[in-house]
Amino acid sequence: MKTEPEKLETINDAVIRMAGNSQDGIQSVGAMLARLAGRSEMEVMTYMTIPATISGGPSIFQVHMGTGRVLSAGDAADILVAFYQHSYEAHLETLRDGGILIYDSNDVEPDMELLRERRITAAPVPMTSLTIEILGGTGKQKGKNIFLLGTLSRIFRLDMKKVKRLLEEKFGSKDESVLRNSLLALEGGYAYELGDLLKLFSFTPPEPGEASHDMVTMNGNQALAYGAIAAGIRFGAAYPITPWTEVMEILRTELPRYGGSFIQTEDELAGIAAALGAAYGGVAAMTGSSGPGLALKSEAISYAVMAELPLLVVDVQRGGPSTGLPTNVEQSDLNLALHAGHGDAPRVVIAASTVEDCFHLVIEAVRIAREYSVPVIFLSDQALGTRLEAYPLPDLEELAGPGFEKPGPAATHKAYPLDEQTRHLPPGTRIEDGRYPCVTGLEHDEYGHPSANPKNHAAMTRKRAEKLERLARSLPIPEIHGPDSGETLLVGWGSTKGILHEAVSRAAREGQTYSALHVNYINPLPNGLGAIFKNFRRVLVVEMNAPDPNGCGQLAALLRARYCLDRIRGITKTDGLAFRVREVLAMVEAFHETHACPISQ
Amino acid sequence: MTDKTAASSATLGRADLKADKPTWCPGCGDFSVLATYQKLLGEFGWPQETIATLSGIGCSSRFPYFVNTHSVHFIHGRILPFATGLSLSRPDLHPVVFIGDGDAYSIGGNHFDHCARKNLRLTVVVMDNEVYGLTKKQTSPTSPLGFKSKTDPWGSKMTPINPTKKLISSGASFVARSIASNPKHLAEMMRAAMAHDGFSVVECLSECVMFNAGSFDSAVPRKGGEFKLVPDAHDVGDEEAAYALAREKFPGYFGIYYQVQRPTLNESEASLRPESPIRGADGSREQLGATLKNFT
Repeated sequence: MKTEPEKLETINDAVIRMAGNSQDGIQSVGAMLARLAGRSEMEVMTYMTIPATISGGPSIFQVHMGTGRVLSAGDAADILVAFYQHSYEAHLETLRDGGILIYDSNDVEPDMELLRERRITAAPVPMTSLTIEILGGTGKQKGKNIFLLGTLSRIFRLDMKKVKRLLEEKFGSKDESVLRNSLLALEGGYAYELGDLLKLFSFTPPEPGEASHDMVTMNGNQALAYGAIAAGIRFGAAYPITPWTEVMEILRTELPRYGGSFIQTEDELAGIAAALGAAYGGVAAMTGSSGPGLALKSEAISYAVMAELPLLVVDVQRGGPSTGLPTNVEQSDLNLALHAGHGDAPRVVIAASTVEDCFHLVIEAVRIAREYSVPVIFLSDQALGTRLEAYPLPDLEELAGPGFEKPGPAATHKAYPLDEQTRHLPPGTRIEDGRYPCVTGLEHDEYGHPSANPKNHAAMTRKRAEKLERLARSLPIPEIHGPDSGETLLVGWGSTKGILHEAVSRAAREGQTYSALHVNYINPLPNGLGAIFKNFRRVLVVEMNAPDPNGCGQLAALLRARYCLDRIRGITKTDGLAFRVREVLAMVEAFHETHACPISQ
Repeated sequence: MTDKTAASSATLGRADLKADKPTWCPGCGDFSVLATYQKLLGEFGWPQETIATLSGIGCSSRFPYFVNTHSVHFIHGRILPFATGLSLSRPDLHPVVFIGDGDAYSIGGNHFDHCARKNLRLTVVVMDNEVYGLTKKQTSPTSPLGFKSKTDPWGSKMTPINPTKKLISSGASFVARSIASNPKHLAEMMRAAMAHDGFSVVECLSECVMFNAGSFDSAVPRKGGEFKLVPDAHDVGDEEAAYALAREKFPGYFGIYYQVQRPTLNESEASLRPESPIRGADGSREQLGATLKNFT
């Protein structure tokens, strides 16, 4: 018995969740869909999980494409593609009622009763056997992902010319048969008769906008690497660690083209030390890691503060502590970023909140490091690092330029002047009065020579803190998404931005008024945040980390300490997964229920 | 080592290179290393601003404050990777590292192997006094068996590291051994090391008169010891022969143990770059623009 198509549903915004095993190539289909969406002026965002094991294990890739601002990687899927019975069983509940289930009928037997109850349209496609048939049975199961791409292209009315061009770009450099087979699989998938499905569901690709602009589709790690190049970074050194590694792989390959180098060092300590050596040489330099590696680098971070050397330190966060959850997301390194190191060691901490941010904000991070002669810790996370987003092709006129210019001679030079901003003068600079500077981690006088003089230590400590105060005055005050006063302000940092903004929009549709504010500059905080917070009765800081005894996550605790406002409270979770919009809304609701009286001040 | 600008620079004298008054104890072997370095800088004729004197932590690592060049006093154990970054990113400079046995063979021991693998253009002088002097007598990785210190009141039970053996096995392309009490020999070794195109290390015994007095007397003729030079017949390119020298009982041989020419990482990294490195903003913009187009 067949469910009668209720009516034609026209949508222009859809979430596709593909579930299979890690070797099925669903990541590459997802990436191609995202790229195609970007090329069709569609907004797109993705979310993926890969198991930490080398091969095998369940894996998903989710693509959200459509019009307007696509904010989060989507909650419930409109379309679920299940390669195996376990994929079907594990993910059916993420498919919305009335959605579409595409499954490999060679491997999956769905519960038709349940599907009818939930008004889910079942689209059985014998992906495995048809792919084997098309490709002559040689490629085992390889190619079924491309077959699926063909099927999805049909459903989403993608321009086949563009799809084929993408395959040509992807496989054109390989053996001729690879491209030929992939085109055959694609056409097979496209031609497969989907029956009523196409009558039931119609995806209308958005018209190219008037102000049409080129979009780039990349993940946060890629954006960060290319942003670093745009910022002028010409030397890097680091040790591989998931999920940071992709950034260093890109830079290792790319930097020589710009006259630079990125080297893999023997350990994390050597990574930051080598980067500091290049920074001392006057070259814009970086290192990076994920949580455990940042912990190892902490001694040298304190040195960079003391010696006043400019340095970019990236942390693509993962679940912790210790080896923790290497391929999951968590925002639990904020405290480490703020405090890694010994002594009073003020440093800058900046967090990217979108893939686009990873490109543009890292340029700002490098500029700040060099202008203020200070280490800047740049936080990304696993979700941001691995998800694909489309964003406007950057205008390279704003490129910071090459990261090194040989300085001309200086008449005289104080390495650490007390009455002005430290400007690092690299070796190679002739100093006319013949007095050369020492760069040092010992407390020092203005020329960099050791001094344990009590007044000097107090003055130098003050000097190192003051530059962050100066920076704070120049930082932009974050925009408020929604009304600028009211009951509830949701505050976030990092990769949750889209989710919080969508939570505000969804709450508005349901008659609730929330506002949201996202903090990119965490140390120093921009001036003016306290005044904003006072305009709301509740300031709920949403984070993926563990609550302290006050229920506050790491940013919430920082904001409470800084602004002494009891209305600042935490909404936290620690399941290693990105927030879903409905989850945030449920937690905010629950907070309101358990804290019935608006917090008074 | 080559330097095109050397000719334009006036020869550096001791006065040009003097900075803070050394804080070492009177009689410390480190004075001799400092004087030798200053003398050699005059000889090499490198422009003063292109010299970078680098150190780690310890008595010997106070060195940079006493030399008037661009200089760095870094953290304990990590000056070798620091120098790696400087050497690779600024081929126009002359970095020279001065460290003690703690930096070289204990807290930073791992980095020696990896600097050697890279065969960086870099010279390292290890001022080995076989004791932790700055912190007033604790056991060092080169302290002999039975050495009594504040951390080994019953005498050290750990087999000391054999520096030359370690350096040869790490793959350093230049390994020499000298002693601070023989400045003529030390100058000869440091001169050869600084002229070597690759990773060069001089292991220099430098007596701590305060906490390890007399430790190197057996190598000092005026104290009744024997200063045994590496035999003339020794082939510096023969690794096995170098190990044989390194196996000799203390005080052992002094001279160049091992020297070979291998491509430096500086060269191989440079070879990855296009013939005309894109340094200018316009070139970078063009290259990056083309790359980003691949993502559209």
